[in-house]
Amino acid sequence: MKRIELPLTKDIIAGLRLGEEVLLNGPMLTGRDAAHKRLVDSINSKKALPVDIKGETIYYTGPAPARPGEIIGSCGPTTSSRMDPFTPTLIKHGLLGMIGKGERSKEVAFVIHRYGAIYFVTIGGAGAYLSECVVSNKVIAYEDLGPEAISRIIVKDFPVIVFLK
Amino acid sequence: MMRIVKADIIKDVIKRLCVKANIKLRPDILLALKSARDKERFFRSRRILDIIIKNASIAKKKKLPICQDTGMVVVYLKIGQDVIIKGDLKKAIDCGVEEAYREYYFRKSIVSDPLLRKNTSTNLPAIIYTEICPGRKIKIKVAIKGFGCENTSRTKMFLPGTSSSTIEDFVIDTLKEVGSRSCPPVYIGVGIGGTLDKAVALSKEAIFRPIGKFSDIPHIAKMEKNILSRVNKLGIGPGGVGRGITALGVSILTYPTHIAGLPVAVYISCHATRDAEESI
Repeated sequence: MKRIELPLTKDIIAGLRLGEEVLLNGPMLTGRDAAHKRLVDSINSKKALPVDIKGETIYYTGPAPARPGEIIGSCGPTTSSRMDPFTPTLIKHGLLGMIGKGERSKEVAFVIHRYGAIYFVTIGGAGAYLSECVVSNKVIAYEDLGPEAISRIIVKDFPVIVFLK
Repeated sequence: MMRIVKADIIKDVIKRLCVKANIKLRPDILLALKSARDKERFFRSRRILDIIIKNASIAKKKKLPICQDTGMVVVYLKIGQDVIIKGDLKKAIDCGVEEAYREYYFRKSIVSDPLLRKNTSTNLPAIIYTEICPGRKIKIKVAIKGFGCENTSRTKMFLPGTSSSTIEDFVIDTLKEVGSRSCPPVYIGVGIGGTLDKAVALSKEAIFRPIGKFSDIPHIAKMEKNILSRVNKLGIGPGGVGRGITALGVSILTYPTHIAGLPVAVYISCHATRDAEESI
């Protein structure tokens, strides 16, 4: 199976086929509902973002807390379509990759295609398994949101399938 | 003679059930997943089922939650009418839930006000349903409700006289729309009859039936089999990436209803269907 080194580039994305299974390696961000709302509110009111999303990949997950001495708790994907209202704005500001579960809206599919971005799915409900693919995890923004904070995680051989590009 | 049960004992049971339900997959579901894996014709779907099965074993071994969405806790109590509970029952249940979620590092997913949305940081409150029944025992069931599939549920008030095939279509259309995000392969619960709320309650109770068993009512069992076979032709598949098994089972519960109506509720429960029970 193909291994991909993150961060993504337009060249890497161009080399992937729909339906292809790949293993992601490297840094990505976590973010879901509340963090998306805050990011887009900041963009709309022309405020600086707490994290540069240019070229980034966001994994839609709200992990369970890590136990002492461990890196992360269970961390499977959450439903991507809830992020649909925010995604076009983020892609227009440089977001390249997204990972979640389930289908996206027509508008999101169009913007992903138009801007050369990519949407992967991973396996919903396999949070314990996927936690073993995370080698580093640090909250970097919106800590007050608890499980919805934005973290910088580093993954090793994280299994995904190309769903939209 | 009345039997006295201390609320503290109920607290311990609730805590134990929250932990068990979150980290140990229901044996019937695990069995259904393994059998689906062995029958699966598509290579990728088989590999996804392998990962789902491995996920259950990692969770059990490392005492990790099966899914990071450790849900909203729903407690069903069947209290024998000869039982007196000494102490504050609601408080005992809350304490049991809070301790389980704190000590086992389960995710706290509850917001206090549905519009203002501030996390309560305790996973409280739980939702509690009580029923009084004959006897001297208390049957306690804890169900963990993640919202990935909670959000995919549907209710419809049909006209009386609607055919069973129209109701089957409603279930199939629901799956078509939401199947890929409800963490397939799923267990589909359907409630037919009663009132609006009763149909919903039935659809949730339906998935407590061991998966793979069909209804004792012949025409209902027939509907279950029709739905199961049609859903598995939809091409949603494990992980929602097309091909292979989409539903592990279908369970329908019915209840008498009013001459003027036919309420139907569809509850789609993910492959991480989580509940546990004990009698005391």
